[in-house]
Amino acid sequence: MKGPGLYLDGVSVVFDGFRALNNLSLIVDPGELRAVIGPNGAGKTTMMDVITGKTRPTAGTVTFGEHDLTRMDEARIANLGIGRKFQKPTVFDALTVFENLELALKAPRDPWSCLRWKLENTARKRIEAVTEEIGLASRAGDPAAILSHGQRQWLEIGMLLMQDPDLLLVDEPVAGMTDQETEHTAALLRRIAGTRSVVVVEHDLEFVRALGSKVTVLHEGTLLSEGSIDTVQNDPRVIEVYLGR
Amino acid sequence: MSDITAAPAPRGIPARLLIRGAVIAAIALLALLPVLNTLPAGSALRVSDFTVAVTGKWICYGVLALAIDLAWGYAGILSLGHGAFFALGGYAMGMHLMRLIGPRGVYGHPVLPDFMVFLGYKELPWYWLGFDHFPYAILMAMLVPGALAFLLGWLSFRSRITGVYFSIITQAMTYALMLAFFRNDMGFGGNNGFTDFKELLGVPLNTQGARAGLFYAALILLAGSLILCRHITSTKLGRVLVAVRDAESRVRFLGYSVTSFKLSVFTLSAVLAGLAGALYVPLVGIINPGEFAPGNSIEAVIWVAVGGRGTLVGAILGAFSVNALKTWLTSFAPDLWLFVLGSLFVAVTLFLPRGLAGLFRGRTK
Repeated sequence: MKGPGLYLDGVSVVFDGFRALNNLSLIVDPGELRAVIGPNGAGKTTMMDVITGKTRPTAGTVTFGEHDLTRMDEARIANLGIGRKFQKPTVFDALTVFENLELALKAPRDPWSCLRWKLENTARKRIEAVTEEIGLASRAGDPAAILSHGQRQWLEIGMLLMQDPDLLLVDEPVAGMTDQETEHTAALLRRIAGTRSVVVVEHDLEFVRALGSKVTVLHEGTLLSEGSIDTVQNDPRVIEVYLGR
Repeated sequence: MSDITAAPAPRGIPARLLIRGAVIAAIALLALLPVLNTLPAGSALRVSDFTVAVTGKWICYGVLALAIDLAWGYAGILSLGHGAFFALGGYAMGMHLMRLIGPRGVYGHPVLPDFMVFLGYKELPWYWLGFDHFPYAILMAMLVPGALAFLLGWLSFRSRITGVYFSIITQAMTYALMLAFFRNDMGFGGNNGFTDFKELLGVPLNTQGARAGLFYAALILLAGSLILCRHITSTKLGRVLVAVRDAESRVRFLGYSVTSFKLSVFTLSAVLAGLAGALYVPLVGIINPGEFAPGNSIEAVIWVAVGGRGTLVGAILGAFSVNALKTWLTSFAPDLWLFVLGSLFVAVTLFLPRGLAGLFRGRTK
């Protein structure tokens, strides 16, 4: 109904003797919104890298539905329905908002099909609907280079939505945003989850509270605590390593 | 920032139409040259044989520049070895022209070119077979550069060798080919290469008619290549290439196989360079391993930088203007040329990052 769930079991990643991830296990249900927090170096970004195929785990399994993600490259994982929003927004500056979304639209991805690609009415409607949803309808014809920081983040989320993913990985979406932009982003992510799973990595606890989701706390590459924001905020281990500092 | 976000100034004629008009006018003017060449000597408008031959050469350079711009300006693939694809296309045509000499060579051998008789060949090497047919030679002028680019690109792009590392590999490729073609036992005429061509398609070379024919063939190739590249860059394929240029790994996360896009555009670019080389050789009447010299490829990249990369028309403009400067300067101070070329590149990088084309376009697109 809502696509497959994500399942990490005993995942370890070792870089030159440094354990970036240490026997990490995590389950994200279909349609779930999940926040992942943890101090710097806790392994949040490495976890994202493992799920998207950028980094191969040294040990453990990562499955999405019945697919073993550790055997696939980035492009195949992306086509499987896993979209990732990077910490630093990387939209294509030389292209317009509309063209950025058009590249992200689900369509044949080989050079020949792209050469023969014609923008059908349904595709145009879909792109316009997403520009509406991310609040950039009036900027559709502008090059991405001239968007503000917050607008670039939303455009990137929009690009992920165009791919109609079953799982969305969002890395620090509100870093550097104004309060109003942060609020808008939380509402956007809550709206998106439900029809698809969303995993958000974030530092900003106010934002995590606004998401109203289950929270996973990572520390030194392993799972420290899990539960509602109030549960983890009152967990003594979490207070010691993260919140108390 | 503020000048970009400001409302666009009202414009009379769209810049795109102006550029298109200028390009058509320029091609029409070029097409006039061979006609003016037929005017009687002494006429004020008469264009010399030299001018027609030199302009024809520049047109071939223009196609090479266009090929480089398609790969570099759009997909961000900086090849410092495109001269090799150009030279391979030239050699394919050179082999055809050598076969057409037939028994008219100095040694009068019915089949073997002079250099083979001189080197004691008894029969034609297998890879020379078929080159007596014009369509086969043209096919090879596209196929050999294309296949080499495909192989090199496949090995490099698959391993995610990008940027300066790829540039160095292409530079090494053209240098290696130069050394190989210098060897007599390669069967390509060693350091003398091929020359003394007699005819092409039944027309004796070094006649006014042949020059005009080759000139028009080159002009048609240039116009066709420009239309093709223009079309490609205006489709979604072109936008994916621009995206690859600006943020390669992001494109990969969108689910595009970056390797196949880079491979397609790099191979097509090499094919265009090969065709340009194939028309260049009968125009200048000689091909030798010097065409593989790394400096040639670097010079071609400078044409594109001077003209403005990522603009197509700018690349052609760059090829024409730098070569015009070269022809003029080397007529009285040939030793100065490399210094001028180097300073030109530095000056353009510092003061005109968008090249000559940037002068005509007030705004970025």
